[in-house]
This record gives sequence, C-alpha cells and structure tokens, in this order.
Amino acid sequence: MAMLTVKDLNVYYGMIHALKDVSFEVNQGEIVALIGANGAGKTTTLHTVSGLLAAKSGSVELEGKNITHMPGHQIVRQGMAHVPEGRRVFAGLTVYENLKMGAYTRSDKQEIADELERVYSSFPRLKERSRQLAGTLSGGEQQMLAMGRALMAHPRILLMDEPSMGLSPLFVGEIFKIIEQVNKQGVTILLVEQNAKKALSIANRAYVLETGRIVKSGDAKVLMNDEDIKKAYLGE
Amino acid sequence: MTFLSYLISGISLGSVYAIIALGYTMVYGIAKMLNFAHGDVIMVGAYISFCATSYLGLSPLVSVVLAILVCTVLGIVIERLAYKPLRQAPALAVLITAIGVSYFLQNAALLIWKSDPKTFSAVAGGSIKLFGGELTISAVTIVTVVSCIVIMVGLTLFTGHTKMGTAMRAVSEDKGAAQLMGINVNTTISVTFAIGSGLAAIAGVLLCSAYPTLMPTTGSMPGIKAFTAAVFGGIGSIPGAMLGGILLGVIEIFSKAYISTQLSDAIVFAVLIVVLLVKPDGLLGKHVSEKV
Repeated sequence: MAMLTVKDLNVYYGMIHALKDVSFEVNQGEIVALIGANGAGKTTTLHTVSGLLAAKSGSVELEGKNITHMPGHQIVRQGMAHVPEGRRVFAGLTVYENLKMGAYTRSDKQEIADELERVYSSFPRLKERSRQLAGTLSGGEQQMLAMGRALMAHPRILLMDEPSMGLSPLFVGEIFKIIEQVNKQGVTILLVEQNAKKALSIANRAYVLETGRIVKSGDAKVLMNDEDIKKAYLGE
Repeated sequence: MTFLSYLISGISLGSVYAIIALGYTMVYGIAKMLNFAHGDVIMVGAYISFCATSYLGLSPLVSVVLAILVCTVLGIVIERLAYKPLRQAPALAVLITAIGVSYFLQNAALLIWKSDPKTFSAVAGGSIKLFGGELTISAVTIVTVVSCIVIMVGLTLFTGHTKMGTAMRAVSEDKGAAQLMGINVNTTISVTFAIGSGLAAIAGVLLCSAYPTLMPTTGSMPGIKAFTAAVFGGIGSIPGAMLGGILLGVIEIFSKAYISTQLSDAIVFAVLIVVLLVKPDGLLGKHVSEKV
C-alpha cells in the first residue's frame, strides 16, 4: 500500500520553476531514495511534502489523506517527521530539550518517557550528553540528535535530507546502519542523498531527479548497475 | 545616606525600564522585529488603570489586573492586524509599520482621553523610614522592585522549564525546524506579544505611580529608554534586559543627582554608545554569526 503518494507536484521560487510534475510513491515499510545532483530539487521536494513550502499545483497524500495544503506544523501529527538538511538542531537548547521538542505534538508523559528511552538506547551518545547544549556536539552527534528528535514524534514515515553531509566516513556508516535499523522497526523512509552509492545500497527503490524532473526510477539494485547512473552519480 | 537613597531610586526606575525592556527583547528574540509601539502599550495600560480607579471606583489591584488583560488583548490584536501580514516582508517595512502603530495608539489615546494630563494616583501608598528617619523608601518603590524580581524569576522559569517556553526558544533559533517539530509558530509569536504587552501594562502602572503625570505621550520616552536598555544588555537576552534596565535607571538617577539634570539623558546614551563600541552585542548578548 502506498504510504506517501506525490502527484504532479509543481513548485516555484518566484519565477524559477523548481519542481516540474514530480510524481512518486513510497510504500509502507520501504526505504526509497531520491538521488540527484546539487540543485536538482531534492530538498525542495522534501520541503513541499512536509509543508515548509507551498506547491503551485499537484498533490501530496499521506496514507490516502490529502495533506498538500495542510500547515506544516500539523503534518507532524499525521505521522510524518522530517530530519532537515544541515540537521538544524536547536543549538542553544540542551540535547534533552531538543528531544523533548521532537515530542512536542505528544502529550502522554509516560509515552514520551518511553520514547526517550528508546531513542537513548539507539543513540547512547545522546544519553551521555543529554545536559549539554546541542551546539557543542560534533557534526555526527548533531545528526544523531536530529534523527532522535524526529523519532520522538513516533513517525510512521521519516523524511531524511542529506544525512551524510559533512560527516566522516565512519559516521556515515554508522548513520546509515541506524537508518536501516529504524526501518526494520517499521518506519518507512524517504531518503534524499547526494551520496548515491550509499543511498542505493540501503534503499529498496529509488528515483532520480534532474533539474526539477524525475528522469528515472526503479529498483535500487537495478539502478546501481545502470550505466548512465554509474557515470553521473556513482563516479564509475 | 543620600547616595543610598539615589541608588534606591535608580534601581526602582531601572526596574520599570527592565520590565518594559523584557517586552522588547522577547518580541525581538521570537519575531526578530523591533516593536516600537511597545512604549505606547504602557501608556494604554496606565490609562486603563486610571479609568478603572477614577471612574469605576475599582481597587488599585483590580485596576492593574484589568490593565493587564486589556493590554494583553491589545498586544495580540496589534500583532495579528499589523505585523502578521508582514511576516515575509523586509525588516524595514515592519519597522515603519511599528512606528505607525505607535502614532496610531498615541492619537487614539488623544481622542479618547484628550490632551490634558491626568494625575495618576499611586497603586500603593505610604513609606517606611530606616536609620532613624534618614532614609525613606516609598511603598511604590518596594512594590516596583519586588514586581521586577517576581517577573524576572517567573519568566526565567517559564522560558527555561515549560513546554511553551522551550518552544519559544526553539522558534527564536529556527522557525522552520520548530515548525517541523509541530510547533505552531504563529501561536508562539502571539503568546510572546501577549506576555510582553501584559508586562507593559504593569510597567505603565508602576511608572505612573512614581511619576504621576499621565498623557498620551507618556509611554514614548520610557519606551525608547527601555529599548536602549534591551540593546545595552544584549537584545534577545532576558537577563540582559533586566541588567540593562537597572543599570540604565541607576546611571540616569546618578547623572541627575551628581552631574546635571539636563544632561542626564545625554549621559545615558553616551554610556550606551561606549558599551556598544566595546561590546557590540551588548553586555550579555550572544554573538550570533550570520548563517550563509
């Protein structure tokens, strides 16, 4: 069943036509990767899906419910969380406060406490640093915090924007392992990545964006062996 | 002993500036705008309290509560009508609008309450004498300083330990990311204006209790001084507004007492300039580098 259905999305930045008839689907339980070069429209797509940007036309449906024009702050309540590009943790808040903000839409104290324990067990480092200001964490730790914060909302689908950006290879490996773990726990994942090789290695399916248009899609393993993709994105 | 009495007057005046400065600094922190109409909300608060006691015969305490309620609503309405439509507009447009709102409030007050000054009766009477009558502290001074401390502690607890307060800090750092957490940014901004304006009402009543002449322009000078205090302490910082306000009050009273009454404002602003030359972010301001 399609968890997320995006149909003919068109988005403009002023006069610039940033997304052109973008359509794709993410099924329940999948990891779907959205790959493409800088400026292809990957982040724009995620921002439109999670309500930070308004679409000119087209639709976004989450589990059959139309959320195209829903205010961004209400979309979290529908079961979608978004880990933004550049992590965007609240630097002046402690790690603990950041995680609490992730659970902003939830009110059951016991559930929040349980969720916090789950996040701490997935990211033990966050527990060690819970009283530290988020701005003092390393890039990799901030990425973990951004993920943990999104998971605090207990999403059914998680949008991840460039989780590997600016991280050491060691941390990239760790982050991708955690993404797979989160997915195994039943969270559907839409992953935007410039590191196409890494993304295709964990994804079930992928879409390729080029200057605001989806130009290719299919099984991740098949795309990994596609000659054009190898040349353009995998550097082979 | 006169030194001590000047110091106490300075702290008292400074407490009023601090309460006003908190409104400036909180709104700036969350909405990233300078609400120059804030000073005039003080004046409205004072008039409401004045009318409640003089015309309706209500007790001073009830009149203060009424003033807080009216100003809170006024703050929310001003934000919704004047500033919210400009959320995406350039900062200059918002600034001009704020000045417009300021003139609107002053002229509305002129229409309603006329230009003749009203004599405000203090919300608290009496005084205590210390050191065998050498030092007199008025009840208004005590109420002012105590209010300021209570407000400071209350706001620190609110922003530091409540869900709404933490959300406000999150919004002040990154509106987009806050929205992704499910925080309604508009509600947060409204709450900030409500708190700031409620505090302005308290400041208005305290100010007019100490300096009892009430006119439609009563709020503008204290408003500008409190804005200065907020910048002085580091705009966006709550303890900074407090420190800036009190220092400004003390410097003002000392300059009046020991240097020159006429020059006191010039001295206050000269100190501000020196502080900003040495510490451009204010005394307790955080240095925030522009994101690119």
